[in-house]
Formats: sequence, structure tokens, C-alpha cells
Amino acid sequence: MLKIKDLRVSAENKDILKGLSLDVKPGEVHAIMGPNGSGKSTLSNVLAGKYGYDVSHGSACFNGEDLLDMAPEDRARKGLFLAFQYPVVIPGLNNLYFLRQAINSIRLSKNEKILDAGQCLLLAKKYLAELDLDDSFLSRNLHEGFSGGEKKRNEMLQMMMLEPQLAILDETDSGLDVDALKTVAGVVNKMRSADRSFLIITHYQRLLDYIKPDHVHILSDGKIIKSGGPELALHVESSGYVGLGES
Amino acid sequence: MTDEAIMNKALSNEYPHGFETKVASNTFAPGLNEDVIRKISQKKNEPEFLLQWRLKAYKHWLNMPEPNWAKLDIEKISYDDIIYYSEPQSVANKPKSLDEVDPELLKTYEKLGIPLHEHAKLAGVAVDAVFDSVSVATTFKDKLADAGVIFCPFSEAVVSHPELIKKYLGSVVPYTDNFFAALNSAVFSDGSFVYIPKGVRCPMELSTYFRINTPQIGQFERTLIIAEDDSFVSYLEGCTAPMRTEHQLHAAVVELVALENAQIKYATVQNWYPGSKEGKGGIYNFVTKRGVCKGNSSRISWTQIETGSAVTWKYPGVVLKGDNSHGEFYSVALTNNYQQADTGTKMIHMGKNTKSTVISKGISAGHGVNTFRGMVRATPGAVDSVNFTQCDSLLIGNSCAAHTYPNIEIGNSSAAVAHEASTSRVSDAQLFYCRQRGMSEEEAVSLIVSGFCKSVFQKLPLEFAVEAQKLLEVSLEGSVG
Ligand SMILES: Nc1ncnc2c1ncn2[C@@H]1O[C@H](COP(=O)(O)OP(=O)(O)OP(=O)(O)O)[C@@H](O)[C@H]1O
Ligand SMILES: [Mg+2]
Repeated sequence: MLKIKDLRVSAENKDILKGLSLDVKPGEVHAIMGPNGSGKSTLSNVLAGKYGYDVSHGSACFNGEDLLDMAPEDRARKGLFLAFQYPVVIPGLNNLYFLRQAINSIRLSKNEKILDAGQCLLLAKKYLAELDLDDSFLSRNLHEGFSGGEKKRNEMLQMMMLEPQLAILDETDSGLDVDALKTVAGVVNKMRSADRSFLIITHYQRLLDYIKPDHVHILSDGKIIKSGGPELALHVESSGYVGLGES
Repeated sequence: MTDEAIMNKALSNEYPHGFETKVASNTFAPGLNEDVIRKISQKKNEPEFLLQWRLKAYKHWLNMPEPNWAKLDIEKISYDDIIYYSEPQSVANKPKSLDEVDPELLKTYEKLGIPLHEHAKLAGVAVDAVFDSVSVATTFKDKLADAGVIFCPFSEAVVSHPELIKKYLGSVVPYTDNFFAALNSAVFSDGSFVYIPKGVRCPMELSTYFRINTPQIGQFERTLIIAEDDSFVSYLEGCTAPMRTEHQLHAAVVELVALENAQIKYATVQNWYPGSKEGKGGIYNFVTKRGVCKGNSSRISWTQIETGSAVTWKYPGVVLKGDNSHGEFYSVALTNNYQQADTGTKMIHMGKNTKSTVISKGISAGHGVNTFRGMVRATPGAVDSVNFTQCDSLLIGNSCAAHTYPNIEIGNSSAAVAHEASTSRVSDAQLFYCRQRGMSEEEAVSLIVSGFCKSVFQKLPLEFAVEAQKLLEVSLEGSVG
């Protein structure tokens, strides 16, 4: 599904990713851990198409198509979703209206029938219940005055509505209380399927207690220095990143 | 219109109302002198007092200097190259019903989304359709007359209700007010006249649609709305013009009079041709709009969505004479490409305990320049008066500009004035967020802008809020990338 080969990325003349490779197959859940500043968000942003990065080398393919050549909206329409580490505020913009615009631009691009306001509301309400959120959430403005945890859950709501093929969760668990963490993990587990993959960026083993990853990677200074199974995350939790990758 | 159609429309690239209607017209030769004014007055069978008033205004205008545009870049206007009157020939037959109106004209309004047949889409809205210098049709006149409401072309009111015209014309905006008000008073052609009798709540939305069609013509609309004690009216005007490479002048005067406990809601969706992407052509829209809250506890609100015109110059104001009266101004002004808008409001507090609310949202994109001027004056008599002003600017890209000039004159110590202003930019992070959710860059911009404008859109009559949203989308075309 996602094939990254020897990706080298810089921003403002600073090398950030220094030869990163990764292969995510359909249905797999990959966790990426790594110290602050190691390049995790940069990787998510480059995959989602944010401007301002310079890719000097390597490739990233999504279902066989060159990702790096595509406009951000085309990547989204083809099923790539990024849950942002810091979701942005758009003042005055109604949350439900935003959701409907998002879902309909994706549906339109696939020649699918668009949802009217009522259908969209019904769908959103169903997912809100799963996220332990009140219906009034939909009538608020996008992230305006949202708590940290509410912003993250709103990202999950969007993911549920948009049903992506590949979801990248950039520290969705940071700032969540234990109950919310379980809720988010529950959502991911429920959405796991043979043809949907996840890339989960996290600092904490905690989340992986609830979402069992197929692979865990350690990203350090722009490179994956070690890959393994869930036991690798446990190791990081107890001993930190020191000594990893020095084999 | 379905969502799909709205989305598709947002993707089409051109000013959608830029076509010209081919009709045989009676058109004056360009140029302005006393004879032209006499001929206009004669065309409309005006009473003598009105002709004299026009001529006085003309003499006054001749001695006035043209305003000096601080923030506007405007080509010199040659008043002798303007045509001051043009009417489709078919109106000379005085059609008595819609069936007798030239089908070409009906088709024009149909195409503009304003079907004039009463059974058609705008069933709850009465429309006066003004084409160049004349009204070509007015709908629901009978139904309104049953309620005692007069809604007719201004030139008809001049003949049928001269006493009201004599009493109120120029009472809010005297011809001496400013250069363009003086010019308008001399040469005005058509617009709407509204009279709501005491205690009547106007049973439907009233609306005037202004269409400029003939090349070189100037349109000088005159609108007068009078709301007697305890009455209510909600009125909306819309306007469009063909695409032309030369500028055309639209200089209007609108006067509102609200008597005791009356309420007038006046909304404008201004979509004159804005000029090409390179800044060629487009309408010069120089407008004087003022309302007077004459009676106690009366209320006037101006809501405007300004997306068109090459240059817009207007400051709808309210004179708060009556005690406890309330003036409101809600504005969205968008300038894209090379458009310029110099707009704002004047709130003049005279009565006790008067209140004014001003919310202005300026959006600048491309090389657009958006200037807001807000004047709040409280005279010594305006005891305990209150003003709240909020003025927000949104910038898209790096070549546009926004200016804000609040002007506050407080003549008594009990008045309270609060002014808030902000300037923000559509950020890359916001755009990226929306695009990551599947929206194109343009959809993203219009979504962000609609959020920014929400508090003003909510003030529009429901039927037109969607229209306004759509209009913004079209007007924002090409503002990014
Ligand atoms: N646009 C940019 N310009 C300059 N430097 C950048 C830019 N984006 C990221 N960086 C730098 O690249 C490095 C990696 O940043 P990134 O946000 O990818 O780290 P991260 O692994 O997500 O960290 P955290 O765990 O704190 O979220 C940091 O040193 C950051 O300052
Ligand atoms: Mg990060």
C-alpha cells in the first residue's frame, strides 16, 4: 500500500529525513516511535503533501502511484488521511459543514453521490456516540475553543467519516486522558481491516497496549534505526532510545 | 440549487452575469446639460417641483469639486462621455402586465436567477426590475396594495404620490451632501419607492434588481423607503452588469425613513462587474445611502455583501434622532484582482439612549485594496448612547492591502464607544488542513472565508444567504495559486 524508499527531505536547508525506507502492506498497523525532533511529523507532512519541504532523493508510492507528485487533495481523495499533531483552528467555520464539504469533495472526485446535510448529520451522530462526544460538538466552529483532547477526537471523527485506506495518526494519543485513549484505540481497532492500513506515531507504549501493531519502527535523526514487533515498544518504554540501532 | 450545482458553479471561472441583452432602445446622446435633465424629467412626466429640484441640484453640482480619493486609484471620469438615459423601446407601450413585457427582458432576469413570474422560484419576494434607466416590471404589486403597502418604480411614485415624494425626497440625503449625491439628484432615473403604512408588517420581502445593459450608460438609481409608526419592512437589492473594457458609473442615492417604533432592514448583494483579472473595466460604484431613525424606538439595519465593482465607495449610515433608536451595519466587502473598496458606515447619535452596532468583514485577495471607515458621532443630546464596532480584515496572499480608519467624535460624557479590530491572514496551515481533507485550494479558501463572514451572513434574509455564499466563491476565483 505505502512504499517509501530511501527518502531524504530537508526544510530551510536543514536535513531532516536522511534516507528513510518503509513498506506498509494492506491491513497492517505500523507504529513509529522516536525522540522529539527525529522527523516523525516531517514524514507525515511529506506523505500528505505539505509545502515547504524539499525532497532531494528517494520515492514514496501509494498503491503503486507516485505520491510525491500529487496535490494534497488528490492524495486525500485517493484515501490518505492524516490526523494532525496540531489541528488548526478555522474561526467561524461550522464543524459539521466542514465535515460535509470534506466528505463530499472526496465523494465527488470518485463520482459517488454526495451526502445532503441530513445524511451527513446522521452519520456524524452515529460516530460521535462512539467517540463519547455530545451532538453539540457539531455546531461548534472548527477547533475554536476545543480542548486538546477534543481536537484529537475531532480528528478521529473525520477519519471515521472519510474512511481512508491509509491513516497516519501523528501523536493522536498525546494529551488524551486514559478513557479517551481507550476510545481512540477502540476506533482504530474497529476500523482495522484487510485493506486498510495505519501508521501510528506515538511516544508511548500505552497506546500500543490497546492497538496491537504488526511492526514497530524507531526513527532517530531522520532514519529508521530499528524495526521489530510490539516487544520493541516495550523495550523503549523501559530503557528509552539509548543504545538502539548500535548493533 | 443543489449542492452539486453550487460546487460546479464555484469551479466555473468567469463573472457569470457578463452577457449583454440585445433590445432596441431609446438612448440619449452622451453628455450632460440642462436640456438633458429637462428631457429626463419630461420622459417621466414629472411634476414641475421635481424638475426645479433637479435643476437646483445640477447647478450646485457644477460648482462642486470632485472628491479627492485618498486610498483609491481611479481614472478621471469624463462626465460628458456618459449617457444619462436609456430605456428599452418596449417600455414606451407601458405594459400593463408581465404578459406584455418584452420576452427578451424577462429572459434576461430569468438568466440572472430572478424569474419575474409570480408563480416562479422567488414566490415570497416581490421584485422591481430596473433595466438601465427604467423599471421594466414590478411583481406582486396588487398583493402588496391589499396590505396597504406601496411598492413601485420611483418614476411611478413621482406621478401617483407626489406629496410623499415632495415631503421626503432629499430629506435624508440633501443634494448638497456630496458630489455624487448632487449628480444623482440632477439626473436620477429609476429605482424603487416603498411606503409601509402605520402598523403594517410588510407581508413579503421586497427586492429591486438593478441591471446595467447599454454601453457607456451611467445608472443613477434613486430609492426611497418610508416606514410609518409601528411598521416593518425587509428589503434587498441586487445588481449586475455586462463585462466591458471601459468603466461605467453607477451613482445611487438611497434614503430610508423610519418613524416611531418602525423597523427597516435593508440588504444589498452587490455584484457589479468587477473588471478583468488585469484590472480593465468594471463598474465605478459611488453610492450614498443613509437612513434616519426619526421616531423613538425605531430601528434601521444595513447589511451589505460587496463582491463586485472595480471601485466601491459607500458609507451607509444611520442618523439616530429618535430616543432609544438603534442603527446597525453588517458588511462583507471582498476585493480580488485589482478591485478597490472604500466603505464603512456613519452612525450619528442624536437621541437619548440610542444604540449602534457595526460589524465589518473585509477580505482582500490578489491586488485588492479594502478600506474601512467607521464614523461614530454622539452629539451632546445623545445621553447614554452606546456604540459597538468590530472590524475584521482577512488577507489572502501578499499583494493585497487592508486599511481601517475609525473616527469617533463623542460630544457627551455618558456615551460609551467600544471598538475592536483585527487583521488575519488565510494561513498555509489552514489551507493544508482543508486540502488534506480532500478540498481543492479554492474550496478551502472559500470555506475559510465563509467562516470569517458568518456573523454577517446570518443577518441576510434566508433566501439570499446561500446566494451570498455562492457569490463569494465565484468572486474568490483565482485568489490563490
Ligand atoms: N519547515 C521546517 N523548517 C525548518 N526546520 C524544520 C521544519 N520542519 C521541521 N523542522 C525541524 O526538523 C526536525 C524534525 O521535526 P519534526 O516535527 O518532524 O519532529 P518530530 O519527530 O515530529 O518531533 P516531536 O516528537 O517533537 O513531534 C526538528 O528539528 C524541526 O525543528
Ligand atoms: Mg511531531
